This record gives sequence, C-alpha cells and structure tokens, in this order.
Amino acid sequence: MTTKVGIVVFPGTNCELDVAWVVEELGAEAVLLWHGERSVRDVDAVVVPGGFAHGDYLRTGAIARFSPVMEAVTDHAAAGGPVVGICNGFQVLTEAGLLPGALQKNTGLTFVCDTVELEVVSTRSVLTRQAEVGARLHIPINHFEGNYVCDERTLAELKAENRVVVRYVDNPNGSLDDIAGICNAEGNVVGLMPHPERASDALLGSSDGVVLLKSLIAAATTRATMLV
Amino acid sequence: MKFTVRIDVTHVPGVLDPQGATVERALPALGYSNVSAVSIAKTIRLELDADSPDAARTQVDDMCQRLLANPVIERYTVEISGAVSA
Repeated sequence: MTTKVGIVVFPGTNCELDVAWVVEELGAEAVLLWHGERSVRDVDAVVVPGGFAHGDYLRTGAIARFSPVMEAVTDHAAAGGPVVGICNGFQVLTEAGLLPGALQKNTGLTFVCDTVELEVVSTRSVLTRQAEVGARLHIPINHFEGNYVCDERTLAELKAENRVVVRYVDNPNGSLDDIAGICNAEGNVVGLMPHPERASDALLGSSDGVVLLKSLIAAATTRATMLV
Repeated sequence: MKFTVRIDVTHVPGVLDPQGATVERALPALGYSNVSAVSIAKTIRLELDADSPDAARTQVDDMCQRLLANPVIERYTVEISGAVSA
C-alpha cells in the first residue's frame, strides 16, 4: 500500500506542486486537498504548503484557518496524524492554534528570499526523526512574516520539552531565539518557515531538505501500518 | 438598531513593531527629531445590527477574539457609537 500525503490547497497557495513532486520522488502518493473539502480523505499525513492563503488578508493565515478542510486537519492532528506546515502553512497552523506563538513581520521590514543555514535542534518531531541533532542544512526561505514570537512561558516550555525543531545559524528575520521551526508536545505537528521541498535535488542547489520530507513520509508510513 | 463600530488593533507591548520602528527612523531624516514611540496599528470599521449597545459590544468582542485580532501579538480596543438611523 502506498503512503498518501495530503497537500492542502487554499486559494493563493503556490507551493503545492513542488511539495507533491518531492513526495512522489520519495515514493509516496501526493493527494491535493482543496480547502473547501470537509475531510482529508484517507491520507496518512498532511502538508500545509507555502503561498498566500486567501491573499493573507487581515493577517497571514487568519482567514485560512476557517476553511472547511482545517477542521479535518485538526482532527487528523488530534488523532496523532503527522501535520507539517511550511512557511505560510506554519502561519496557518499557529493561527489555527495547532502550534503556539505567531509569525510577525521580519525585523528590518524586508521580504527575505535566500538560502539559509539551519541547525537541527530536536529529532522528536515527525519531520526530523531521520536527521541528526547538530546537523547543518541549507534550505531556502522566502517570506515577509517569518519572525517567530511567543510569550516567555511558551518559549520556556518549547525549550524544556525540546520542541524547537530547527534554528537559524544566522538569524535572517529577527525570530525569537533564532527559531525556524517548532513542534507540538506530541511531535506530530510541525511548522517551519524554510522550504525543504525547494532543497530536494542537487539541481536546485541543495538536497538537504530531503531528509526532512523522508522523515515525514516514514512517520506517515508507520502510522498507515499501525492503523491497518 | 444599527451601530457604527471602530476597532483599533495594536501590538502587544513588547512585541516588535518593525513598521513603527522604521517610520520612527524615517521621521528624523525629514527634520522631525523630536518624535518617539511611533507605532503602527490597524483600524477596522464596521456597522452592526444589534438590540443594544451591550449586545453589540459582546458580539464585537467575540469577533475580535476569534478573527480580527491575534491575542498572541495584538491587543484591540472597541469604540461603538450610537445607533445609526436606518
């Protein structure tokens, strides 16, 4: 049985096909889920990809969290299913309350489009299980609102529970504690600003993102096997 | 009754306001060297049908908490002015 990865598509999402390409390269089946759907069908994992969901009106991710599919994504997460938000997807997951904190405008008010160096901090998330703590990954970022912020108590909790998943080596956006990605307490919901799908082939300049998406597909496969 | 509502959404104190900070740096460049504490906020205006000012306020509070403001980084104030004649 092929592992199925659902990829949520809101009006304004623009990274769904990149994610789908890598998912299929890694041997899984990509299933595009339109935001108006009320279920995530029979997928084993969900990716909320990058873009500008609903035009990012009001705040990034603010309208997207009310799309019908998000209720199903929330149920999938609550049942332990892997959910990964990339860039705009990370913003959607914080707005939906699936991850703590928020993403505000970058310090310096610049849209940053660059390949950055990341350090893997925790391997307890579904996205980093196959990576090594301390590994350096070169992965592109492409955002205006990637400056992670949360209150002190949340930050202390994230650190104590080893939920900061990846950090920037050289902070590009003012993010609190150099945070590039975090996970929930169970490790099955992950959000990160960098785009692993854009670092998935040597032709793209880096294939450092592959280990992350491989981890996700492995977690989805394990889950699929368990549920059978 | 129809009410007019003005909602100001501002940053939580302590949360970075990069737009305000940028404008604060730009104003002295024009000679306004006596400016400080610049912050940039969002104003949302709407009209609302409700039975009473209290009912209108309760509903607007709910809208702010669920959608119009993000409590992690934003605060809001609500101003409701008297019934507009329909």
